[in-house]
Amino acid sequence: MAGLGGRVGLKGSDGAAIQQRAREMGAVPQALNRAAQAMERLKTVQHLEIITYPGEMGEDAALAGGRAGGPRTSRTDDSRYVRSCPHRTSSVRVIGSIIPGATTAQDTRAAAREMQRLAVDLLLFAGGDGTARDIYEAVGLDLPVLGIPAGVKIHSAVYATNPLSAGELVALYLDGQVESLREAEVMDIDEEAFRQGTLSATLYGYLKIPYRTSLVQSQKVPSAGEGAARSAIAEDLVDKMGTTGDGILYIIGPGTTTRAITEELGLEKTLLGVDVVLNRELVARDANEAVLLALLQEHGKGKAKIIVTPIGGQGYLFGRGNQQISPRVIQQVGRENIIAVSTPDKLHALGSRPLLVDTGDRTVDEMLSGYLMIATGYNERAVRKVSF
Amino acid sequence: MNQENQAQTTPASSHHQVGVPDRLPRSERNHSSAGVPSPGEMNDVTSHRYTDGRPNLRRFHQARWDEPVIFELSREGQRALLVPEVEESIRNEVGDVLATLPERMRRQQPPALPELSQPQVLRHYVRLSQENLGTDLNIDVGQGTCTMKYSPKINDQLARSPKMADLHPLQDEETVQGILEIMARFEQILKEISGMDRFSLQPGAGSAAIYTNASIIRAYHQSRGEARQRDEMITTIFSHPSNAACAKTAGFKIITLYPEENGYPDLEALKAAVSERTAGLMITNPEDTGIYNPQIADFVRVVHEVGGLCAYDQANANGVLGITRAKDAGFDLCHFNLHKTFSTPHGCGGPASGAVGVTQELARFLPVPVVEFDGERYYLDYDRPDSIGKIRPFYGNASVILKAYAWVMSLGAAGLREVAEIAVLNNNYLLHKMLQIPGVAASYATGTRGPSPSTPQAHPTRRIEQVRYSWQELTEETGVHSEEIGLRAADFGVHYWTSHHPWIVPEPCTLEPTESYAKDELDEYAAILAHVANEARTDPDLVKAAPHSSTVHTIDHSPLDDPSRWAMTWRAYRRKMGNLAHGE
Repeated sequence: MAGLGGRVGLKGSDGAAIQQRAREMGAVPQALNRAAQAMERLKTVQHLEIITYPGEMGEDAALAGGRAGGPRTSRTDDSRYVRSCPHRTSSVRVIGSIIPGATTAQDTRAAAREMQRLAVDLLLFAGGDGTARDIYEAVGLDLPVLGIPAGVKIHSAVYATNPLSAGELVALYLDGQVESLREAEVMDIDEEAFRQGTLSATLYGYLKIPYRTSLVQSQKVPSAGEGAARSAIAEDLVDKMGTTGDGILYIIGPGTTTRAITEELGLEKTLLGVDVVLNRELVARDANEAVLLALLQEHGKGKAKIIVTPIGGQGYLFGRGNQQISPRVIQQVGRENIIAVSTPDKLHALGSRPLLVDTGDRTVDEMLSGYLMIATGYNERAVRKVSF
Repeated sequence: MNQENQAQTTPASSHHQVGVPDRLPRSERNHSSAGVPSPGEMNDVTSHRYTDGRPNLRRFHQARWDEPVIFELSREGQRALLVPEVEESIRNEVGDVLATLPERMRRQQPPALPELSQPQVLRHYVRLSQENLGTDLNIDVGQGTCTMKYSPKINDQLARSPKMADLHPLQDEETVQGILEIMARFEQILKEISGMDRFSLQPGAGSAAIYTNASIIRAYHQSRGEARQRDEMITTIFSHPSNAACAKTAGFKIITLYPEENGYPDLEALKAAVSERTAGLMITNPEDTGIYNPQIADFVRVVHEVGGLCAYDQANANGVLGITRAKDAGFDLCHFNLHKTFSTPHGCGGPASGAVGVTQELARFLPVPVVEFDGERYYLDYDRPDSIGKIRPFYGNASVILKAYAWVMSLGAAGLREVAEIAVLNNNYLLHKMLQIPGVAASYATGTRGPSPSTPQAHPTRRIEQVRYSWQELTEETGVHSEEIGLRAADFGVHYWTSHHPWIVPEPCTLEPTESYAKDELDEYAAILAHVANEARTDPDLVKAAPHSSTVHTIDHSPLDDPSRWAMTWRAYRRKMGNLAHGE
């Protein structure tokens, strides 16, 4: 096999937060273990250069994940030191500096930016939703990344199913065996709402992750292409709107699948927000609840539809990342006017788990639960259970 | 834990050298290294097959010929046989035989067929046959859903006899009364097995039969003026994917139901899906998971209540033959794959037969012609104005029907039921053996092992004729994937299959032992998978680099999903490869 020249930027978890949480639960901190498991899988990659922040922010995992042996250190221009890697033909280069035991989100973002500056092939990080947000803020869609799941609660879809599959996926990616990169949702719990007793996750953006069979949390199956499935769904819905429009107010939630619908219409969707389309034209972008209610008022009841897609790795149709479509909005539009769309891959990744709703209003959640028809392709539908 | 799981392992280097199974007794290893057995050991030629009285895994190495495609072997001017020159007197008598062919029907250029001698052709195909793990070569339980059973060779001989092989479909009916009678008799047999009222033997494949059924459902609704309204076909995710594909090809919208956690299709989901737009339900039972849907009659009832029809995909009826009948569950249509349940065999993609059965009400829609008997002679009835027309030319793959008929007649009614009983017994025995392997589970109604060795094994739902297993636990532990287990299994001379796409069950593997295999053979198959699972833990790199003793190593599957690269013919390959193709 030809030399890969792969370089992986490794970034440990947002140490303080994760470890604090873990300690509160009386558990041994998992981030190091889990990151080390992922690194263990990378042992087989030839000519791998690992660039990492010091200590708990990756270095420990990189070294723990390899075979034992006295690491040597040396200096290069960019790095504090280079350690001869326990991996077969790889090296670990340590950059940056931290205060051990007190790393912060700033450290995470700084590390990610530095990795990007060093043009790593892929940024591998461990953590939960908070870490994913930090990485997103630092590198956005510019750099392929992948999360090693190490957080207590993970709503973001940027994490592999487990540490081993994270390592496996990176190895395959560096070997050129991964078909494509996909945009995966970065989500985090709304702290303020959580303090008020409501679990509500916000969609913050998308990170670009390698996508392959069964190794990424929300993606378990190979297919001719998730993009093709999205296009087919979009074509199906747009065909039904007619060439001049159908007079129906379409409230379109966030997501890559719903984005394909606005693309099919030739409209530019806001990345994270809720947009409203009437007769094939945008009538509102990034609408909040008040705007949606006003539009519904103006347009009249019974002539509006909501198009939503499951957001994040858990399969939430409502209440995670699309809270603008509030219980009141849903009630006014009515259950029969909800068009749920999803690629088959996303549905299959749920296994036999139901789709979920958590609107914050028990009555609406009950109204939404039961069986729902999901558009999965052109003239293709799936019937899935919705629960709360 | 059984002994297979604790198979002793030798250092990885020995695998890499020869890739042969490592459970060889010491004396045999010495043979290998010394090359010559000591005189005393000459007496026991079977010693290497056993360790402490238990059978070792088979030593295996497959032929590997690096054989080119036959078109690449072509050399201009080579011929397999030379047709004698026509004698002048004959030429004078007959004249130009081609003159009767219209000009436009004549080839401008001869076909670009490969030019080879007979021995070259023979060697080519014998070599290719050696590079296969076909059903005559291996314990073929690994190709689940395909019902790989032993097809008695005598039935092939029957089909190859000149009485059958020399028939032509355009012969006068009077001259083919024998095969028409067999078709008519076989229809009676299928009617008995299914409870249906009429059959067509015309469709030449399982998917062709499903397409036929979808077309009949459409014709039925058309006859009632409801075809436009009834445009939705319901199926389940674990029914054979051809149900969704063929119904969509026939113009229907597809609604797919998912199973509940117990693996049963969700009856409540069906209730939510049906409406006045429902054309029908196309469903398999047992589904690809091997789980039998005990509520199947309720499924049929719910669809009938809204005016839809129900088609039972019995492509694989091997577990229910003589036990349940489509008609008794209320189905309106069904089909059997004669090349599966009825043994004929698959023949590497054909010829095949998908026999379609319907109720009396739907009989008028069956493809033309059907075989009828007027009390004296058999004849082909084309006068069927409501028929959906032809699904393929002529009357079906006659030699396949003959073989299926012979197979059924050799078994009798009680024998057919015994086929199903042994197939189910074999499958549940293999399930029991498989669940002793750490890291594998039966999907749905899971039957995973208990949390500790002292905890009794959670009892899985019994399966019918096959099981879709999941190696997810092993994959998560070792990073070894299901396909890789299959490639390593090839090193021991057995075939192994994962699942249709898309994969709903993670890291799937689908085993279907049928009635053809003996207990020892199922034990051998399970021992191979137990051994490979153990290797995944002790030497994952060995498994991931497999196969070592097989024909080819891994190939790039991505062109199969890429219309710009897939090539079903040599011509398409040359066109799509462009300059990359050899010789350009």
